[in-house]
Amino acid sequence: MNKAVEQDGPGGIASDLLQNTVNVDEYLAQNRYSVDEENAHIELVANPDPAEFAKLVRVCPAGLYRQDADGNLSFDYAGCLECGSCRIVCGDTIIAKWSNPGPTMGVEYRYG
Amino acid sequence: MSDFQAIIVGSGCAGAVAAYELARDGKETLVVERGNSNGAKNMTGGRLYSPALEAIFPDFRDEAPLERRISHERLSFLTADACTTIDFSSAALLQNGQDSYSVLRAPFDAWLSSKAEAAGAEYINGIAVEELLKDGERVIGIKAGDDEISADVVVLADGCNSLLTESAVGYHRPGPQTLAAGIKQIIALDEQTVSDRTGNRAGEGTAWLFVGDATKGHTGGGFIYSNRESISVGLVATLSDLARSPYSLCQMLEDFKAHPTVEPLLAGGTVVEHSGHMVPEGGLKMMPDLTGDGVLLAGESAMICVNLGYRVRGMDYALAAGMHAGRAAAAALDAGDTSRAGLAGYQTALEASFVLQDMRQFQRFPHFLESTPRLFREYPEFARDAFNRLFVVDGQPDQPLTKSLKPLVKSLGYGTLFRDLRKGLKSL
Ligand SMILES: Cc1cc2nc3c(=O)[nH]c(=O)nc-3n(C[C@H](O)[C@H](O)[C@H](O)COP(=O)(O)OP(=O)(O)OC[C@H]3O[C@@H](n4cnc5c(N)ncnc54)[C@H](O)[C@@H]3O)c2cc1C
Ligand code: SF4
Repeated sequence: MNKAVEQDGPGGIASDLLQNTVNVDEYLAQNRYSVDEENAHIELVANPDPAEFAKLVRVCPAGLYRQDADGNLSFDYAGCLECGSCRIVCGDTIIAKWSNPGPTMGVEYRYG
Repeated sequence: MSDFQAIIVGSGCAGAVAAYELARDGKETLVVERGNSNGAKNMTGGRLYSPALEAIFPDFRDEAPLERRISHERLSFLTADACTTIDFSSAALLQNGQDSYSVLRAPFDAWLSSKAEAAGAEYINGIAVEELLKDGERVIGIKAGDDEISADVVVLADGCNSLLTESAVGYHRPGPQTLAAGIKQIIALDEQTVSDRTGNRAGEGTAWLFVGDATKGHTGGGFIYSNRESISVGLVATLSDLARSPYSLCQMLEDFKAHPTVEPLLAGGTVVEHSGHMVPEGGLKMMPDLTGDGVLLAGESAMICVNLGYRVRGMDYALAAGMHAGRAAAAALDAGDTSRAGLAGYQTALEASFVLQDMRQFQRFPHFLESTPRLFREYPEFARDAFNRLFVVDGQPDQPLTKSLKPLVKSLGYGTLFRDLRKGLKSL
């Protein structure tokens, strides 16, 4: 599901993050989700500007915008918390589509 | 004939109460909530001030799923290596009418919506309203999935990430300097441990806010609320500043949890949920129109929220706004006029209530935060250095306090300190 969306080369803009070592997936695994495998409720433009992408690496509370050691950018909507931060920060630039997940889909908080 | 007299979009704090007021008044009311259950999509920091809730549900203390009654207020100025804290407890915090509670939204919103349902509101869950139906400028209903449902009046209570306020009242997507990203984890611990670690009696709790290193010196802050059998720990960080930070929000939270002041509180606990949500913090200036033809905005869809660093309020404003929206919509239905003019009573009622008076009172605060980055780095460091001089004994002869503090104040600049203090006080 993790799709590489852009080659940015080592040392790309998102990689100047300091000690970005947190393993968010381990936390997201505690959440309850119904993932819509068919439809992505958030889509990026074809070749997202790495500088814009780097903003989302910082702001997404689920850490879903990622850059690996080789500079590859990836985004996976499956762990989305539906907060809208990426829409606000990059709605005019690299977020091509932001919608609520389809009926009954998405995150389901048990505490909130 | 419309399908319903009123449709409410969203069943958070504002929506459930608006629906309750309308249904109680005998109006045919439909609530469309995208969560499979009410509250399933919602999170908050954690503390609800009670007066707005008591005005609607006087018996809430016995009925509502409240976590703990807040008896301790803490405000900390954090650096990576120190923590300066104001710790306040007072009988006044516990008195009915001034009491506040930590809450969790999944159970709380479920309870709130049960009140609306019991009053007669119908619910559709698990589907988002995608569009508003319009006749010219007038909102005449909603579209959700394949269903088009009409109503004489629509209340938008869909929160701060509303995709509908543009169509309703021409509100454009707000900028990243007016919203913050919120992140939170629920750390499960047993009830006694939570009480012991936060220094509370059974049933009582702590609200603890942090300025400074929680957000690595960036605009925002950290929070901790004690729940009955868990601790809520999280951060709020202004999007425009966060987007430039060398740290991601997730890393900030990880490091905040590992701070020597925070870590012992959470030790041995398990993360049982990781959540995210935005917080509006642009204040009065960023608010959309509260009414349009056939439509009202209540709660955070109208960007009503105040984040002062030591106090975050949005839930009680949303409850009060929902109440006034529901009552004004009911009155407009009775009068047979749900045009913008017919709904004007809502604006008037909110102006007269604490909701818009507070928004007005604190309208300068967002600018103060934005223009005073020193709050998040230099001032916490100043507090650390000053108290280091006071408390640290290193075997050297002691300096008179005035002499040892002088260089500290000087390095900040007397003028800067004075101006910041004045600006801060004026904005509160
Ligand atoms: C990290 C954080 C900390 C906070 N701390 C505090 C605090 O300590 N105290 C306090 O008082 N406030 C706090 N707040 C603010 C408070 O949570 C909000 O002000 C409050 O929840 C707003 O209530 P609301 O009813 O307006 O919106 P919400 O609670 O967001 O409810 C909106 C509802 O609409 C639904 N919805 C959205 N779009 C659609 C659609 N298209 N169709 C159908 N349904 C839809 C959502 O699922 C949701 O149920 C905090 C917020 C955050 C994020
Ligand atoms: S909506 Fe929030 S959680 Fe989802 S991808 Fe965007 S920033 Fe991340």
